[in-house]
Amino acid sequence: MLFRPPGGGAVEALRDVSLDLASGDLVSVLGPSGCGKTTLLNIVAGFLAPTAGAVSLDGRPVAGPGPERGMVFQQGALFEWMSVADNVAFGPRMRGAPRAERLALVERLLDTVGLAGFGPKAIYELSGGMQQRVALARCLAGDPEVVLMDEPLGALDALTREKMQGLVLRVWRETGKTVLLITHSVEEALLLGRRLVVMAPRPGRVHRVYELPFADLAAGADLREVKRLPLFAERREEILSMIWDMEEEIMAGATP
Amino acid sequence: MSGLAGEALEVLWGALGVLPWVGAYLLLVALLGLLWRALGRGRGDAARRTVTFGDAGAVRGSPAAAVLSVVAVFLLWASFTGSALVPSWLRAPDAFTGTGRFAYLAELPDGSRDEGTVTVLVAPPGESPPAPEVAPGAGAVPDAAVVVNAHRSVLVPPPEGARVLAVEGQAVAPGGPPVALPWGAVSLTARGTLQVTPDPGWRMEPIWLPPPEAVAARLGEVARDGYRNASLLEHLSYSIFRVVTGFLLGALVGIPLGYAMGLSGWFRGWFDPVVEFMRPVPPLALIPLVIIWAGIGEGGKVILLFLASLWIMAIAARAGVSGVRLSKVHAAYSLGASRLQVLRHVVVPNSLPDIFTGARVAMGVCWGTVVAAELVAADRGAGMMIMAASKFQQTDVVLMGIALIGLIGWGIDLLMRAAERALVPWKGRA
Repeated sequence: MLFRPPGGGAVEALRDVSLDLASGDLVSVLGPSGCGKTTLLNIVAGFLAPTAGAVSLDGRPVAGPGPERGMVFQQGALFEWMSVADNVAFGPRMRGAPRAERLALVERLLDTVGLAGFGPKAIYELSGGMQQRVALARCLAGDPEVVLMDEPLGALDALTREKMQGLVLRVWRETGKTVLLITHSVEEALLLGRRLVVMAPRPGRVHRVYELPFADLAAGADLREVKRLPLFAERREEILSMIWDMEEEIMAGATP
Repeated sequence: MSGLAGEALEVLWGALGVLPWVGAYLLLVALLGLLWRALGRGRGDAARRTVTFGDAGAVRGSPAAAVLSVVAVFLLWASFTGSALVPSWLRAPDAFTGTGRFAYLAELPDGSRDEGTVTVLVAPPGESPPAPEVAPGAGAVPDAAVVVNAHRSVLVPPPEGARVLAVEGQAVAPGGPPVALPWGAVSLTARGTLQVTPDPGWRMEPIWLPPPEAVAARLGEVARDGYRNASLLEHLSYSIFRVVTGFLLGALVGIPLGYAMGLSGWFRGWFDPVVEFMRPVPPLALIPLVIIWAGIGEGGKVILLFLASLWIMAIAARAGVSGVRLSKVHAAYSLGASRLQVLRHVVVPNSLPDIFTGARVAMGVCWGTVVAAELVAADRGAGMMIMAASKFQQTDVVLMGIALIGLIGWGIDLLMRAAERALVPWKGRA
């Protein structure tokens, strides 16, 4: 993926990234800032067309955004002018689902994300964590095959974040959706990735891929229990120092 | 250019003359504030907070101060117009009315000196009683009588060829300082004529500033009988009708124009020069052109107000569209929305808060513009009413009109704010 900024020149945001997601997979992508993780997600979502290479879903090429690839954004992507219920029902309404069906779906999904009864509330009446629950419910209401998450918990406080991690795991296990999650938190990437892709910057590329047991262990169990495992700590330190080195390299190469 | 400098100097001097009054007023405001605080009312819930000065974000207008300030305006108004609404001890001293007398010493051409007495009857404003009868007396300088209205002065010429030397025993010179009397002052003009100025008191003449009750009475009268061939309601509704029509037309054209400019680079490029050029042109500057094109009828005024609101609404809509977060648009597309659905469900609602802000500004500008346009040329309307009244020096009608214009402008803004709260409750809270 080449970007040509208005000032001239070209920035190679991604090079030779190859990623294969099986149905029902849970993949987290981690990397230092500027490694192209968001670009990667935008290409998968269809918001950007790659300069080279292709994305395909079930053998069909991806040419633009579509409801089969749902997206949960970091924050501020909810529609403030709609109630919680209307936000969740947005996808079905766009494709013309009947009202009764929408209502039932909204009720079920709000219950899933722990917001039963919050339907008539306005978005701005909810806390940041609750808003992300709505975003997750809205994405699921579109019944996507793949759920793309762009640092969905990045703006939340530590406690809310931990609760939400449990929710994401639970939803993944209960719905069987394929999940591709981008994060800058090592712990989150370890926990929310059966497969963890570490990316390196300049140009953005896949640095290493881990197969991890934590997501399966944590689904339905105590998250902190999993985080206390020796292997978890070992992997965390390993990946942290890996990213740390990359950041150092970036800083050394930076020209003022 | 020297004329400009002279004007500037004059303005500066005028401002300096007002300064003591402004200072006294501010001192009164500050003292009342201190008094209120001493009474322990100024703190309220914030009493536990130790940092109070500098926390400007937490400053809320004191309701007591607001009430007192309005009361003070009316009190000052009533006091300096001698209103019957306030007790007499609160009224400023009135101008002198009644009979005053002074004696003056004059030297005749033959060198002899004689003293004459002048009786001055000071009549209330608007009255013109006959001069009192006075016997001329025996001397070479006859006694005389004159009539003058309060707030005015009168010239009393001495006998032909005589030169006035003193008034009430005090020496006077042509053009010199006046001699103070208990009921006024007497001076000599440069040509040696006696000028009698009765004490004007501290009150304003009704022609400058009528008392509140006169304005209220006039309001009742105009509301009952109308003014200049139209009822009060008709005058006001004409102005409001023009504003609403012009504003709606401006919004009807301006909002789609702003959307087009916000959504398409080609349209933005095409219309930007026009919009950016027309925006800083004050609508008032368009009045002559609109009169040339459309005359002084309703059409001209509606065109003027259309032009006043068009650019504001176009810019507001453009800003509202441009302010949409890309992630919202992305979210809508990945939920399966079509372009039209994104426009209808994301771009348009997202622009509403900005459009409401623009509408409030546009309504304010339109109201100001319509009054100004009616001042220039109209046969009905709030602005026409006060302009016509000023030509006949009906200051009470002018004041009444200004008060009504202010109240309506305020009411329009309150309505717009209420509509904003009802229709875009998420504004500023996302």
